This record gives sequence, C-alpha cells and structure tokens, in this order.
Amino acid sequence: MTSSPAVTIKDLKIALPDGGDRPYAVDGVSFDLTPGEIICVVGESGSGKSMCAHALMGLLPDRVKTEAGTILFEGHDLLGIDESAWHDVRGRRIAMVFQEPMTALNPLMRIGDQIAEVFEAHGLLTPKQRKQKAVDLAREIGLPDPERIVRAYPHQLSGGQRQRAMIAMALALEPTVLVADEPTTALDVTTQAQILKLIRDLQRNRNMAVLFITHDFGVVADIADRIVVLRHGKVVEQGTAQDVLARPQHSYTRALLAAVPSMQPPQRSSLTERDRAVDVIGLDKTYVTPQGWFRPDRKVQAAKEVSFAIHQGETLGLVGESGSGKSSVARLVMRLIEADRGTVRIGDVDLTQIEGKELRAQRRRIQMIFQDPFASLNPRRKIGNIISDGPIAHGVDRRAARRRAKELLEMVGLDPGAIERYPHEFSGGQRQRIGIARALALDPDIIVADEAVSALDVSVQAQVLKLLEDLKARLGLSMLFITHDLRVAAQICDRVAVMQKGEIVEMKPTTLLLANPEHPYTRELLAAVPGQRSPSQAA
Amino acid sequence: MKKVLRAMLRNPGGMIGLIILLIAVCIAVFGPMVFPNSPWRMAQRPFVPPFTLPTVPLGTDALGRDVLAGIIYGARVSLLVGLVSTLAALTVGVPLGAMAGYFGGRADDALMRFTEFFQTVPSFALAIVLVAVLQPSIYSIVAAIAIVSWPPVARLVRGEVLSLRTREYVQAAVVTGQSNTWIICREILPNALSPVIVLASLMVATAILLESSLSFLGLGDPNLISWGYMVGAGRTVIRQAWWITVFPGVAILLSVLALNLIGEGLNDALNPRLAKDGR
Amino acid sequence: MLSFIAQRIVKGVIVLLAIIVLNFFLIRLAPGDPAVVMAGEAGASDQIFVQQLREKFGLDRPLPEQLFLYVKGILSFDLGFSFRQQMPVSTLILERLPATLLLTGTAFVISLVLGIFFGALAARWAGTWADTLITVLALIFYATPLFWVALMAILLFSVALDWLPSFGYETVGANYMGFAHILDVAAHLILPALTIGLFFMATYARMTRASMLEVKRLDFVKTARAKGLGDNLIQRRHVLRNALLPVVTLAGLQAGTLIGGAVLTETVFAWPGIGRLMYDALLQRDYNLLLGVFVVCSAMVLVFNLVTDLIYRLVDPRIEFAS
Repeated sequence: MTSSPAVTIKDLKIALPDGGDRPYAVDGVSFDLTPGEIICVVGESGSGKSMCAHALMGLLPDRVKTEAGTILFEGHDLLGIDESAWHDVRGRRIAMVFQEPMTALNPLMRIGDQIAEVFEAHGLLTPKQRKQKAVDLAREIGLPDPERIVRAYPHQLSGGQRQRAMIAMALALEPTVLVADEPTTALDVTTQAQILKLIRDLQRNRNMAVLFITHDFGVVADIADRIVVLRHGKVVEQGTAQDVLARPQHSYTRALLAAVPSMQPPQRSSLTERDRAVDVIGLDKTYVTPQGWFRPDRKVQAAKEVSFAIHQGETLGLVGESGSGKSSVARLVMRLIEADRGTVRIGDVDLTQIEGKELRAQRRRIQMIFQDPFASLNPRRKIGNIISDGPIAHGVDRRAARRRAKELLEMVGLDPGAIERYPHEFSGGQRQRIGIARALALDPDIIVADEAVSALDVSVQAQVLKLLEDLKARLGLSMLFITHDLRVAAQICDRVAVMQKGEIVEMKPTTLLLANPEHPYTRELLAAVPGQRSPSQAA
Repeated sequence: MKKVLRAMLRNPGGMIGLIILLIAVCIAVFGPMVFPNSPWRMAQRPFVPPFTLPTVPLGTDALGRDVLAGIIYGARVSLLVGLVSTLAALTVGVPLGAMAGYFGGRADDALMRFTEFFQTVPSFALAIVLVAVLQPSIYSIVAAIAIVSWPPVARLVRGEVLSLRTREYVQAAVVTGQSNTWIICREILPNALSPVIVLASLMVATAILLESSLSFLGLGDPNLISWGYMVGAGRTVIRQAWWITVFPGVAILLSVLALNLIGEGLNDALNPRLAKDGR
Repeated sequence: MLSFIAQRIVKGVIVLLAIIVLNFFLIRLAPGDPAVVMAGEAGASDQIFVQQLREKFGLDRPLPEQLFLYVKGILSFDLGFSFRQQMPVSTLILERLPATLLLTGTAFVISLVLGIFFGALAARWAGTWADTLITVLALIFYATPLFWVALMAILLFSVALDWLPSFGYETVGANYMGFAHILDVAAHLILPALTIGLFFMATYARMTRASMLEVKRLDFVKTARAKGLGDNLIQRRHVLRNALLPVVTLAGLQAGTLIGGAVLTETVFAWPGIGRLMYDALLQRDYNLLLGVFVVCSAMVLVFNLVTDLIYRLVDPRIEFAS
C-alpha cells in the first residue's frame, strides 16, 4: 500500500451551469488513487461523487466544466489533454463501469461484439483475434457458456450477467485504473455480493487502482481500503477504512454511519397473542403472456399459496429480491390486482369477495404507502386535497377533512400550512411523509408499506423509519412492510417472512430469523448483506 | 397555464406561429366586413395580373373574380372546417381512448381493431370516397375529415391513459376508494392532456390540408369558395396566370405552417426535457 | 416466424373483408337507387345496364344475400364494370397499377434516403446555421400542400425553365426503345416523385434529427466513449443504428399517406396510375370504379404494412415474433 499513486486529484473544482442548486458540483476535492487499493467515495445523492468519476474519464456532460484543479496521471494533467489523447486513455489506461447495465449496453449489438469493440477502438488485434479475446474474457469474468453468450443481446441476459459483461469490457485492455460508478446499486443483494467479490479478486490479481463510488456503507465496509466522504461537493473526511468506520472524526460522517440500520434487531415482545388485523390465506397469482396462436403462453407465477397473518400493532416484513413476488403480494392484498385464488380477511370482511360500492367503502381499512416519492403524489393537486380526497370520498365533511389533514401533517412532522402547496415544492423525504399522512387519513386497520424507504437517501431514510416507529407506537398501527433491504427489516419488523419465486420460504420473529435462519435461501440472503464482517458500526 | 404561455412566448417558432394564426383569424372574422362583395362576383376583366390594379391587388382569375376576396372568404372556410372537424374528432376520440385505456379488456380490444382498420385504409382515399358518396357539402367534408382523424386521437389517449393507470398516485386514488369516474376525470385526464393539446393543433393543420386537397379535386362545397378550389380552378391556366394558383397556395402554406409551429411550441412548453425534479 | 406471417395474413384478410363490407354500405349510403349509383353518371342513362346490375347484385333480394353476393364477387376479383370506360374495373386497375408502384416506390426510397441523410446531418451539426436551415426547410415542406408543390414544380421546371416535362409517363408519339425509353420515363418521373418525396423527406429528416439527438444522450453512448471509441464510429454504429428504429417504424406507417399523395400528384402530372384513375372516377361519378380502386389501395397498404412489420422485427432483436 505504499506504492506511489496512479492518479492524484488535487483541488478539483467542477462548476455547474447557472440555475443549479449550488455553483460547484465538486468544490476543491483532493485524493489519490493507489495501485492495489480500492478507494470508496461515499456520499448521498447530489454530493458530487459521480461527477468526480466522470471527470476522471473526461466524460463530464457538455454544460458542466472543470474550473480549477489538476488530475495527474502518468505524468500528465488529464484536465489539459485534448480529445485524441483522451481516446487513447479511455478504455486502455483508465476504464469505467456504470450503474445501470441495461441502459449502458447497446441493445442492438451482441455482447461479444461490444466487448471486442474495446480492442477495435484502440486498433489492436485482428477481427478474429478480437472475437476470441471476447470469449476468453467472458470466461474469465464468470459468464456461463461463454461461446454462446457472446452471441446474445443485452436484453437476453440477467442484470448480474450484464454487469459482468460491462466489467469484461472495462478490463479487456488491462487498465491501470478502474472507475466504478455505483456498479452494484441496481442489482439484487445476492448478485451484488458476487459482483463485489469479482471486483475484489480482479483488482487484487491485476493490482489495479479502483475508484468505487457508492452510497451504501455496507458495501464500503466490505471492500474499501480507503474512504473519502463527500458532502455538497466537498471532502468532509478521508482516511483508511479502519479509521473512518471505527473512529469517524466529522459529525456528518458520524451521522451517516449512525443512520445506517444495524443488522442487530431491537428486542421485541411477541404480539402473536393478539387479534388478527389481517388474515391472508392461500393467495395465488400467475401472470400469463400470450405468445400468438401457435406458441404456448408464457406463465410466471408471482404468488404461490401465500399465507400469513398480521396481528394488531404488529409489523410483518416481507423480504425478497426482484422477482420474488413481494410487490405482487402487496398489490394482491390491496386488491389492486386480482388474485387467481385466495382470501384476504380484514376483521370480519373478506376483501376478495366484495365488489363495486361495497369494495370502495371497505378499502378504507387497508391503506398503502408507495415507493417512489416523485410518482406517488398527483403533481396537479394541492397537498391538502391529496390528503383529504380519501375521507371526503367516504362521506366526511369537507371542513372536517381539511382540519384532519392539517393535524396529520403535524403528526408526520410537516408544517400544516403545506396544504396549500404542490408536491413539486417538497423534497423526497417530505413527500414520503405526505404519503404517510394520506395513508393515515382514513384511519385504516392496516397499512401496507411497499418499499416505502427504498428510494430515499440513508439519512432521510433513518428519519422516516423513526417516524414510522413513532406512529406505530402512538397509534398502534399494524403494518405489512415490503422491502429488499434486510437491515431495514431488521430494525422495524416484529416478524419477517422471506419470499423466493412467489413462495414464502421462512417466516419467523425477526431476532430468531436473523440469529438462526433455517432455509438455505434465507441463509444465502443473510450472508450476502454487505458490511457485516468489518469492525465498524455498520456490522 | 401561465407557465405555458410564458414558455410559448420565449419560443421563436411558437411566437411566429401564433402571430400568423392571429392574422389569419382576424382576416377570417373581419375580412368580409371590409370586403363586403361576394368573391363569386366578377370584379374586373379576367386575367388581370397582380400588383397592377389597386382595386384587385392580387389580380383576377379566369372569370374575372377578385383573387384577394377569394383568399379572404376562403380563410373562413378553411379555418372553420379545420376547427370543427378537429373538435368533432376529439369529442369522439378522447372519451373512447380514455375508456379503452382505463377499462381494458373487451372495450380495449374493440377499439384497437377499429383503429387498426382505419390505419390500413388510406385516409385521404377514404375521405374522397366518403365525400363523393355523401355528395360534396361543407357538412360531408367536416364529417369525412372527422371520421378519418379520430383514430389517432383515440390511440394517443389510450396510450397515455394506459401508462398513467399504473402511476402510483392513480393507484393511491384507487386504494383510498375513489370511484372510476373520479379517477379518470380528476387524476388521469388532467395529466394526459398535454400530448392531446399538441396533437390537436397538428390536427387542425392536417384538416386544413385535407379540406384544401378535397376542394382541389373538385369535392368542395359548391357554394363556398375555398383556397383549394381556387388552386384547382387555376390549374388549367397556370401558364398564363400563375397568380391564381400561387397566392391561395401560399395562404394554405402559411396557415398550416403557423399551426405546426404552434404545435411544436406547445410541445416544448408542455414537455420540458430537463425535468427539474430533484432526482 | 412463419406462424407470425400466417397470423398477420389472416388478420389482413379480415381487415380487407371489413373494408369490402364498408364499401357495400357506402354504396347504399349515396342518395338514390343503389343500382343507379353503381352504374355511375354515364351508365345511369342506359336502362339495360342498370337492369343487369340490379340482377347481378340481387338488389331486390334481402340485404344479407346482397352482401354475400357482393363479397363473393370481389373475392373472385370481379370488381365490377365501368360503364364510362367500357371495361372491367379490375382490368383498368391492373393496367395502371405498375405506374403507381413505380411512382410511389421511387418517392418512398428517395425520401427515406435523403430524409435520413439530411436529418443525420442536422443532428451532427446541431445548433449551427446548417441545422437551422435544414430544420426550417423541413418545417416549410412539411406544411406545404402536395398539389400546390406539384403545380409550383411545373411552373418552375417546366414553364419557366423548360428543363423537364410536365405531364404523362413518356413523350407521346416518340416511341423510344430500350435505354432511351428508360431515360424518357425517368425524365417524366423526376418531378412527380420529388413532389411526393418532398413532404416525406421533411418528415423523415425531422424524425431522424430528433431521434439522433435523443439517442446521443443515452447511457450506452457514454459507454462507447468510455471505451475510447472515435466519434465517427460512435455515430455510425451506436447512434445511427439505434436512432433509425423509430424512423423505420414511422416509414412503415406511411403507406396510406403515400397513396393519398399519389392521387393528388398523378392528377396534376397526368401520370397514368390508379391515383389518376380514382380522380377520373370521381369526375365521372363512376362509383364502381371509385370503390374498386379504394379496395385495391387498401390491399396495397396491408401488404406494405406486413412487409415493414417483418423488417422491423428482423432489425430489432428485442422484439420477438409474438403478436
């Protein structure tokens, strides 16, 4: 770790175009990239971490300009070289892996061709040799059936496989530096674990310097050698992983680390003796896609004999990866989609058996908090209306509904004057609070939270989780909490049900599940959660 | 609303379009008051060239009729037909498309079959056939254009409604127990209107083109003078009297151009590329 | 893939049947006795002809039987008889079809190639005067009525400059052979093809430009740059190929408009195609001929749509051959 740095970034200043929320995306940032070392740049959204990565490749968007500073690489200042020099550096000496593998690959080109293109870009090898190299790289990177897969198109691969292909492209010419911009954020937690291991191994074998951008402290804990913490474009803290994670100096770093939910669940008493708020029995749902007249329909089973009960005041977590069926189950329980079979019993009413006006009347008993704060509020309606529309539809007097809306806004920590404002005037975290207020407005028996905190920054997420915990205690809320994040589930759920391919494979009280997972998939899932093995608060 | 107008004013194309359209509308509305004589009347001797006689500034045609008067009265016909047929197409297309998109199932299938049918039939040919069979009159022209124009509206609205139906705030409205009518009218349609407005201005342009093409072929209302008819009438004498075909054609060109510019301006104003959403 | 083609053909036949049924009702929509309507203005005076039609189409029989007879007739390629021209409608149409195919085919190819070319140019030089020029010209051509462009073209190139002939398919009475004949037809073809082509050129240019600017901003272009690829290669392989997809889709939907354009252009240029035939039928109130041409036009659109849909599915690997 004492070799000289491959890249030295000094006092980097990147200016945003007029009208941005601040003048500089990156304001006086300095750090080094050393061969054989993984340096993680962490920050929340808007911290400028992605800009740093793009600057290192000369890929800043047109309207964004570097104003000051130097990026020293192999004796040259990268900020001063011209475009043809950049063509030589990119892909060959410094390579980049992006966040979204689906959009980062050309949908009309085969994977093998896209990998071979790297050689072509730098005028190396004959076309036949390039094709062979593509197969070799695919094999090295762990893609199954390399001979065949190089002829596949991106949409035919899974998310993890696409990301491996991107990594293959990046490493083809054995660059000195690898820049990874949130490469695992869009992946399932088990796939993420595999890709992280792959990056670590490759980095070690080739002694590369790796710049790893992320917002996830768990990932940082697992792979970082050094850490740089960014906030609003400035470096807030910098040091070895050991130092920063165990002994954070800056208050912001401390706050960020504190906001990461711990895998140690708090002590909770069993609530299974109480009455049931909702009883779900035998939900079945298969999605059928017709394939024309001559081919069999494509069937995907989203829910298979799903049964569970939620008791009064209890929070049941539904955890799983993408494709597990947890979102479908949420929508089935809400009767946003129709189940093929099964019952959803709330109190004495079977939600699956009623229709029309009666269904609409009974809907007030089960409400939902949605995932995307930017899509869950009608942009053309005022907050006050959004919250009071529900009660008014159920016969509540208009003035009483507005009064209640103000009360609810206060309860979720917002200024009651907000009822006259529009959604776009609020931040993501605030919009989620409004969504919670809307769900509470009808005094439901049970609330379904569908990935309610997944789209939020970690510090905002911590606040919203605390709010939910408070409301739960105050109002005795029963909740069905859908999430892919096991840490969040650990902190907020009394019991957890693990879903895989439409089935619940294990359902136990949280403490028990985390301490003694029985089903192999649960074990795999728990083992894949990043940041459990290092000496830090994030364990 | 105010935001949209302001954005339009900043767009140079949109501004030009608005100005031209305003002029056209003024001509259509006030022109006949300034020029009270019927354009069918013989104003001078035939084939007077333009810019020679001040009483007939744009010249006269084969029967001595004032070209300028024809353009002024023709403006009424073109703009009226364009507006009314578009409104009719919207009145039919928007509700059908919204219901098909929202309720899906059989209603949706039926609508899709219908629009596929109209997509296969060449629309201009169908308009010709309809007007020919129903006998040319301003009513048959408006009806034919409306019949030919409503399927794209329905498809657009259906597409928008389909995509909005899965939007989370619409699901929230379902979950809080709102009725279907409420959801369609208060949550979905207001957010689906932007592309429809853009399409509407482009449809008026197309309607004007269709009407003038039909009149050119001799299918216009025999009692109303229209720009297309004038161009058609001047076709046989194009070598001697170019002005009879050129000026009405320019009028059509400017009106259609204006509407297209307005449509583009509206599109830019209503769908800002760089969303300011804090993402 | 074969099952896909079979499916589409079946669907196409159903649509065609619907059109034929529509024709049937359209005739009865016209004022007056259907037999008189079908006879057309010219034939209406000949009582024997009208009576023949009455028998042939069973106009005194119940409606469903009439419909059946009518459909049966059309499916056996009997599109009726044109009294004015004294020939079966199908013969007339078959005579004129090749000329229209030549005209629309040429216009389609020219407009697509040139449209994409100028659109790509405008996108490449976005923001410069070249871009503004192309965009403004495209806007103007898009707004110009086809029949007027045709007349202006004649005014300019035939009357004023006397470079090109203004009507017909070939120089009458000249009787050219072989290559000279091809040149002669080509000279006659230029103006009408360009007239139709201008409108579509504008459409494709605008679409290409917008599409390329859109694609340029997509992530995989960034990836290509990150690999160190040169600008030219990126434009060709990554931007253009992906940007052309929506343009191809658009082109596939233009068959109907192309035919509408053919009607107007052939009328102005006296080009001997089915568009001109339609106009003649219109003038003469020859409804049999009119509706016959209408059915054939629709069939042409159907075939065109099937072919372009196939091409689209071959070009975009993301679309499978499902319905």
